[in-house]
Amino acid sequence: MGRAPTPLEIQALLLSLRVAAVAVAVALPAGVCVAWILARFEFPGKTLVDGIVHLPMVVPPVAVGYGLLLVLGRSGPLGGLLERAGITLAFDWKGAAVAAAVMGFPLLVRSVRLSMESVDRGLESAARTLGVRPARVFFTVTLPLVTPGILTGIILAFARSLGEFGATITFVSNIPGETRTLPLAIYGFTQTPGGEIGALRLCVIAVAVSLAALVISEVASRRLAARMGG
Amino acid sequence: MLHVRIRHRIGSLRIDAGFTAPDRGVTALYGPSGSGKTTLVNAVAGLVRPDGGRIAAGERILFDSATRTFVPPERRRVGYVFQDGRLFPHMSVRSNLVYGMRRGTAGERRVNLERIVDLLGIGGLLGRRPGTLSGGEKQRVAIGRALLASPRILLMDEPLASLDPARKDEVLPFVSLLARDIGLPILYVSHSVDEILRVADVVVHLVGGRCAASGRVERMLLPLTGS
Repeated sequence: MGRAPTPLEIQALLLSLRVAAVAVAVALPAGVCVAWILARFEFPGKTLVDGIVHLPMVVPPVAVGYGLLLVLGRSGPLGGLLERAGITLAFDWKGAAVAAAVMGFPLLVRSVRLSMESVDRGLESAARTLGVRPARVFFTVTLPLVTPGILTGIILAFARSLGEFGATITFVSNIPGETRTLPLAIYGFTQTPGGEIGALRLCVIAVAVSLAALVISEVASRRLAARMGG
Repeated sequence: MLHVRIRHRIGSLRIDAGFTAPDRGVTALYGPSGSGKTTLVNAVAGLVRPDGGRIAAGERILFDSATRTFVPPERRRVGYVFQDGRLFPHMSVRSNLVYGMRRGTAGERRVNLERIVDLLGIGGLLGRRPGTLSGGEKQRVAIGRALLASPRILLMDEPLASLDPARKDEVLPFVSLLARDIGLPILYVSHSVDEILRVADVVVHLVGGRCAASGRVERMLLPLTGS
């Protein structure tokens, strides 16, 4: 138990971090857009859009993964197009990032939207009376004021991505070095005779990473709050 | 001259009012709460789109329901000092002040940062955050911010309403000063006779969404103090 991490463990950890980071980076701009639309506009079918956004939270992750496989797999409608463009998602770490992004998306949208709904619209009106166009108002007033919500959303989506299992294993399988993230590696160990120690060691790593992410977000949001208030 | 003539329904209030504000001095919109004062200034600023009517600043049409003209707030050159200040909490006082300054060329500006800071006595606040300012300080910064965006008219919606009497005296003198020194017409909303007597040149009296009377403050003074 006291040994240094093995190359395999480091490989799984680095892959997990890379998959989660890419997933959040991909989901973030879309998440902020969707949150903004849901927070600011009333339109027919809004409830439906809201429901679709939240679908990955309520549908079994395996079903989401299977859906991704059907749509983005080699023989899927979108997957075929991507394949011709030279992008393969199925059985590739990029596919794992897509699965993680989809699963983390609702968490991201929720916290950004909540934060956006609490922004005083009067500040945006004030900015416009100062001669500033709506697009610039968004980037100079709205977005800075929702930074705490964005930060929370990033951490939640990142944590969700790190822990993603069902959608990932269904969509991109469990390939060492390519799609075997921490949870998949833990699962692999538990399926192997004598793998208990390996599983336990990976669990400790997973706990340490998640805890670090939470602590960093807590410190960052406190600093932000201090900056806004003082 | 600012010509306003609008119809607008908001909740149970039916606004059907018109008035003219001269190019010089302070025009006060006076009336009890719920008489439509704020809706009128919001319509002038472009923050409310009235159901019908016409708003023109001199020759420039800001709103005309007949021709479906609606100039968005950012192109109206109408400064606005809100009742609650509305300073940007994530920016320093200095960043708040210069936020709207990018608009227009230097030659078009009637005022620069130094002059405004000096005039409003806010030099010591520049590095601070709005959250640490007193109510009076906030409103002076809000006035400065509006002025630095080079407006052609300044709207003030009950700018002293959230201040205690001592703080009011900290802000009120600047209102007349602005109209006189910078030559900026001001549309000043208030339900306080006392404030209006101290700053206004012309008074527009609103009751229940309609303009009951308007005229020079001396002429309007008697019915106001009597009410």
